[in-house]
Amino acid sequence: MHLYLFLLFGAICAGGAVNLLIQRKAINSALSLIVVMGSLAVIYMMLGAEFVAVVQVIIYAGAIMVLFIFVIMLLNAGEEEPSKGSTVAKIVGIPGLFACVIVVVKLWLQQRPGERLIPIGAMYGPADQVGMMLFTKYLLAFEVTSILVLIAIMGAVVLARRSNS
Amino acid sequence: MIPLSWYLLLGAFLFACGVTGFLIKRNIITLFMSIELMLNGVNLSFIAFATSLGTLDGHIFVFFVMVVAAAEAAAGLAIIISVYRTRETLNVDRVNLLKL
Repeated sequence: MHLYLFLLFGAICAGGAVNLLIQRKAINSALSLIVVMGSLAVIYMMLGAEFVAVVQVIIYAGAIMVLFIFVIMLLNAGEEEPSKGSTVAKIVGIPGLFACVIVVVKLWLQQRPGERLIPIGAMYGPADQVGMMLFTKYLLAFEVTSILVLIAIMGAVVLARRSNS
Repeated sequence: MIPLSWYLLLGAFLFACGVTGFLIKRNIITLFMSIELMLNGVNLSFIAFATSLGTLDGHIFVFFVMVVAAAEAAAGLAIIISVYRTRETLNVDRVNLLKL
């Protein structure tokens, strides 16, 4: 059951990622990215990361992608212009891609004696434990991140403002 | 019971798709979405290793990555709006001058 769920949502995830590359309109790419993020949230849930799965749906699939789609609609982003592919990319890129795929598959098929198997429900990352860790062990990083977010807010306001007003 | 390497393979595939999109796409918004795809691939590796090792530190890292991605999206989309306002285009090939 666990295996089938992983294969199903992993396939949806990979298909969404490939669809993002194939689509020529920005809005279609954005929608396939939402599919990727939603299926990743299910995979996180299977790995026991409850908090991260919920945050993935709320922040990534919710807030960030809404921002992207808002900008796509605001700027009326249509189909991207086709360009002629560079010859260097064709000469070097396609054999390089095949070489990388062969190396990865070869490494993956090798014997791995000590590989861990992850059963479903191996561990849980509920919000209270994650929050406890966030406010004790990683408190400094948390505070620094808040400054980063403050700078990002101010930067967004300054950059998106009309210069003549 | 799923081997750890399957999760890592999926994460690597997502990261590779993100890199490919960043290299072959010309719409500046799609480039940003490719960066988000790369971050998602890395997040999946973090969560898989956290579950495999039995610690919660990976979850905290993913949380920070998400915060940085949100900040990057806010500032980056503001830059995109600013670029569109001055150049009237979203094609990165045409944004080739520092000063108009």
